[in-house]
Amino acid sequence: MIRLATCSLAGCFGCHMSFLDMDEKFLALVERVEFDRSPFTDIKSVGKCDIGLVEGGLCNEENLAALKEFRENCSILVAVGACAINGGIPAMRNRFSMDECLAEAYLDGIGIENPQIPADPELPVLLKKVCPVHEAVRIDYFLPGCPPPAGAFEVLLEALLKGEKPVLPEKLIHYD
Amino acid sequence: MKTISLDGAMVPLAEGQTVMECALAANIPIPHLCYLPGFAPHGSCRLCTVKIDGRFASACTQPAMEGQHVEIDTEELRQVRLSLLRMLFVEGNHYCPACEKSGSCRLQKAAYDEGMLDLHYRPWYPNRQMDASHPDVLIDRDRCIFCELCVKASRDVDGKNIFGISGRGIDTRLVVNSKSGLLADTDISAQDRAVEVCPVGAILVKGRGFEVPIGKRLYD
Repeated sequence: MIRLATCSLAGCFGCHMSFLDMDEKFLALVERVEFDRSPFTDIKSVGKCDIGLVEGGLCNEENLAALKEFRENCSILVAVGACAINGGIPAMRNRFSMDECLAEAYLDGIGIENPQIPADPELPVLLKKVCPVHEAVRIDYFLPGCPPPAGAFEVLLEALLKGEKPVLPEKLIHYD
Repeated sequence: MKTISLDGAMVPLAEGQTVMECALAANIPIPHLCYLPGFAPHGSCRLCTVKIDGRFASACTQPAMEGQHVEIDTEELRQVRLSLLRMLFVEGNHYCPACEKSGSCRLQKAAYDEGMLDLHYRPWYPNRQMDASHPDVLIDRDRCIFCELCVKASRDVDGKNIFGISGRGIDTRLVVNSKSGLLADTDISAQDRAVEVCPVGAILVKGRGFEVPIGKRLYD
């Protein structure tokens, strides 16, 4: 069995939804792969895997630690979706300072009661800038799109399961 | 009849034509962004880089000459185009899912055509001044690729001379020719050729966001 891990860092889980959009083909896939850490299994740490799919960019230290753990444990690491590839929508905060972002979200925003900036030690520390995953670790393949179409996941996994290099047809290359 | 060789195809050549014009007339595609028929070429984006008799040149500015051998569709040039596109992407903030031009954007289309899947380089995340002062037209400078088409269209077609490119190197930016530097203090209109000609989402008409549904846009 091929072991597959997936995770969403600074993403919206939209890529995971698109992954599931392959519908009945997903049933054929689970005959051939075993899911390790993934929102589908709720396993919290990643073991040795053949393939890792990473959705989302890096916005906090927890994202960074999870990404490094994926890189250490996955033979093939794939950046999935616009946020993993260029930071995406979360990276739009990069034009503001951290203080401005936190103030807008927790102090000055509309309808906020008892304004305070959360400081619970369990909350991961935010990175100054949101950045794509290739900034932190080596990435083997990229699946663009917001989200990538279900067909793109099929092409990717079909090739990887055969031990081949995935080649996305032009109609499956989209950035939105 | 004078001819030029484009990837081995012998193509007729008329007096005064550029390599790009020869190729377009013969229906041989050369990827390009800042070149648009009807406007004087200036070869700023370099996406139309080809190899003419073994030397790199931008097809849109290079005069075509009898007997030239032009390479277009080679792996070496594909890598050059891919690098150029990646640099254009990381120099700006091109968040396609949040851009109204997505689906009709020539930068995006050029990257699709070259099979660009990733940025490779570190994104720069610029923070240039946005201009939303005008009631009908908006400028997002972080999407500008400095093709200068708006500069030429405003000056030569609209007769208004509203746009210019200022600064050098990484500080290059689109500027507006008004005392305040704001679009609101110009006589620009949403119908101007300068607005329509923008290949990316840098100059947008307000109130038309996502007017065309996904799947029916120009390059869907």
